[in-house]
Amino acid sequence: MKPARKQRLLVVVFIVVIASLVVGLLTYALRENINLFYTPSQVAAGEAPTNTQIRVGGMVVVDSLQRASDSLDSSFLVSDGSATLLIHYSGILPDLFAEDEAAVATGALGDGGVFVAQQVLAKHDEEYTPPEVADAMQQAIDKKAKAAADNTTRPIESKTPNTPAAAY
Amino acid sequence: MIAELGHFALILALCLACAQAFIPLAGTLSHKSLWIATARPLSCGQFVFVAISFACLVTAFLQDDFSLAYVANNSNSLLPYYYKVSAVWGAHEGSLLLWVLILAGWTLAVAMFSRSLPADMVARVLSVMGMISVGFYLFMLLTSNPFERLLPFPPMDGKDLNPLLQDIGLIIHPPMLYMGYVGFSVAFAFAVAALMAGRMDSAWARWTRPWTNAAWSFLTVGIFLGSWWAYYELGWGGWWFWDPVENASLMPWLAGTALIHSLAVAEKRGLFRSWTLLLAILAFSLSLLGTFLVRSGVLTSVHAFATDPTRGVFILAFLGVVIGGSLLLFALRSSTLGATASFNWLSREAGLLLNNVLLVVALAMVLLGTLYPLLADVLGWGKISVGPPYFNFFFVPLGLLLMLAMGVGANLQWKRQGSGRLFSLLKAPLLLSPALAVLWLLAAGWSLKIASLLGLSAALWLTLLTLQDVWQKTSHSRGRRVALGRLNKSYWGMVIAHLGIAVLAIGITLTSNYSDQRDVRLVAGEHIEVAGYSFAFHSVEQIRGPNYIAQRGRFDVFAVSEDDGQGAELKSEREPFTRLWPEKRRYLATGNTMTEADIDGGLFRDLYVALGEPLGDGAWSVRVYVKPYIRWIWLGALMIALGGVIAAFDKRYRKARLSVKQSANTVSSEASSALALAKKES
Repeated sequence: MKPARKQRLLVVVFIVVIASLVVGLLTYALRENINLFYTPSQVAAGEAPTNTQIRVGGMVVVDSLQRASDSLDSSFLVSDGSATLLIHYSGILPDLFAEDEAAVATGALGDGGVFVAQQVLAKHDEEYTPPEVADAMQQAIDKKAKAAADNTTRPIESKTPNTPAAAY
Repeated sequence: MIAELGHFALILALCLACAQAFIPLAGTLSHKSLWIATARPLSCGQFVFVAISFACLVTAFLQDDFSLAYVANNSNSLLPYYYKVSAVWGAHEGSLLLWVLILAGWTLAVAMFSRSLPADMVARVLSVMGMISVGFYLFMLLTSNPFERLLPFPPMDGKDLNPLLQDIGLIIHPPMLYMGYVGFSVAFAFAVAALMAGRMDSAWARWTRPWTNAAWSFLTVGIFLGSWWAYYELGWGGWWFWDPVENASLMPWLAGTALIHSLAVAEKRGLFRSWTLLLAILAFSLSLLGTFLVRSGVLTSVHAFATDPTRGVFILAFLGVVIGGSLLLFALRSSTLGATASFNWLSREAGLLLNNVLLVVALAMVLLGTLYPLLADVLGWGKISVGPPYFNFFFVPLGLLLMLAMGVGANLQWKRQGSGRLFSLLKAPLLLSPALAVLWLLAAGWSLKIASLLGLSAALWLTLLTLQDVWQKTSHSRGRRVALGRLNKSYWGMVIAHLGIAVLAIGITLTSNYSDQRDVRLVAGEHIEVAGYSFAFHSVEQIRGPNYIAQRGRFDVFAVSEDDGQGAELKSEREPFTRLWPEKRRYLATGNTMTEADIDGGLFRDLYVALGEPLGDGAWSVRVYVKPYIRWIWLGALMIALGGVIAAFDKRYRKARLSVKQSANTVSSEASSALALAKKES
């Protein structure tokens, strides 16, 4: 091989080795640092892991926001229409945080079913709803509609334990 | 009427862009010099019409023409006139118009300042830029027309500009950022033109370098302004959040930085040619991706304003055509560029190769972290977000490596570097930089942490090596002052930009490790001590702005010295060190609430106070931060941009044009540049 070609080959090999090393590390780091999103219904159903950093979100329930009188601790409920989740937060809530508006919290679910948030994000303008929250609300609505449909169209069949409506 | 005029001008601009995209290119293929010569007048015409269109939209905003949907959604009659102007690029449609205006501007600049380039080269470059324009005009006219009317029932008043955007930083941030994004289209067009012609030599690299430098400097300033804005306007006091929108601007910057460096090798040594072309394509593709990611609402983030699926399809198709087309051309033609020269493993070429590898790795890591949530969502792996720990985990070590390599690389010689001489160069900085880092931290009274020691040492290593290089280059028989004047602008640009990186790194290291941040509950009359300063919460009063009502707090700040621990009674008699007036604004049109932090800035520390929310009983939640050296981050960024500008004005680029003109022959110009290079090196 000509020296120039040999060198080029070396460069390519070098880059490939580095690149694969990097890709490996990247995937590892990604696995460690991604935060999965859960809806309040999923948390209620026990699908969310405890003591792991996750994100949850929904609409802040009206009159649920409570503040401590001597610190920045606060707590509120978020709902996706079918289940609610209690969130504890110690810090300054964002400007656009309000009851009956969407909020997304990052933190961990404690063993008692209470979510302790490190960060709370609210929607950032009038029209915008975080897509996760919009999705969660839609899922809850669909579920309800399905349950209602099952109840009305198949009232007799619902006696059999296998139909989804039986769960309600 | 004015809006229709603007709309019509936009359509005419599209027609001219179509002509510009095809006629000159067809001319180069069929060797018709008349067709080739149309490139310049067509780009002038296109610029004129898009400028008219833009002026019409600005007029519509200034006249509060709420029959235009875009104006009604993004402006309000109460808005001050300067925000009315900046509201033009406050959302999707208008920012696209700004994009094409700037693209037409760069096209015009290329047309005007390329008199000395071969005519067929200019024709190809302008054609490629015309094609990009066509894509954008079509996108605007078909999916996001800013001149759409809301007839027959226009609203009485507009919905107002998002309050976050009502700020001086946001008046200039988008134009600067777009100057950078769009500026890379010049390098891209040069690359595609080189592939079409199947010819790429040092003259090509020399033409491309000043344009790339200019675009890269604009992008640097744009990113700096964005970071600065986030710091004081978002009310969180951070300067970088690894938000997808920030990442979208960082990616083309990383690619552009790699491009600037590989262009140096392509010009001086004729190496890395295909790689340079690929980087030019990459930098512009990432700019396009950045524009669309931010403006199309694909990302869940602070900047995502709009969501519209029809736009998404167009965007994907456009990205596919531009990126796929240029990569296809690259695959077909890059082998014709030929010329593989070899280089020594201890040489400046190798140093620049390492620079490129590190930057591209950093780029890949940011790209993956930014797009992974989108990918996961599309593939149904659940809704996820990638947090800052992921980015910091990679970026911090890469940044350290990059600085270590940068210090050495700039000291290396082209072709071959003697290892003994290199070691003697590195000896002193190797010992001095950790020692100085320790001294610095001890003098400031901060604890010694491994992270801050590493960061400071790397920054000092880079500084010392850069200054040592300047010192050695100026040891001249006729005195240092003569020698300083002899150094060319390219070199000065590099020195300033590299020192800027060091300043930036010092700022990042110190502010991340030694900031004191408190979120507290305070009642008027109480005070809190943070990092040697006492912040006394005096009162909150209501004030009225042009389009908002605000609660304005007053904080008296006192410096607390060691021997003066008596408390608030004694302090209240003293004149405060400074007063801070943070505000909580409520915008009338939207009812949105906004935090306006107040900052006492300084070269060595910032005092930052932001009001959180009223907690009842006269209590407020308050953010009180003391951030050392945070200004160094932006000072460094400005130095980096300045370095890029200075390098772009190097005499060599102008001379090179002249020599091309005289000989119109790339071979002789290459020879003359090699001669000039040899002279400079001797």
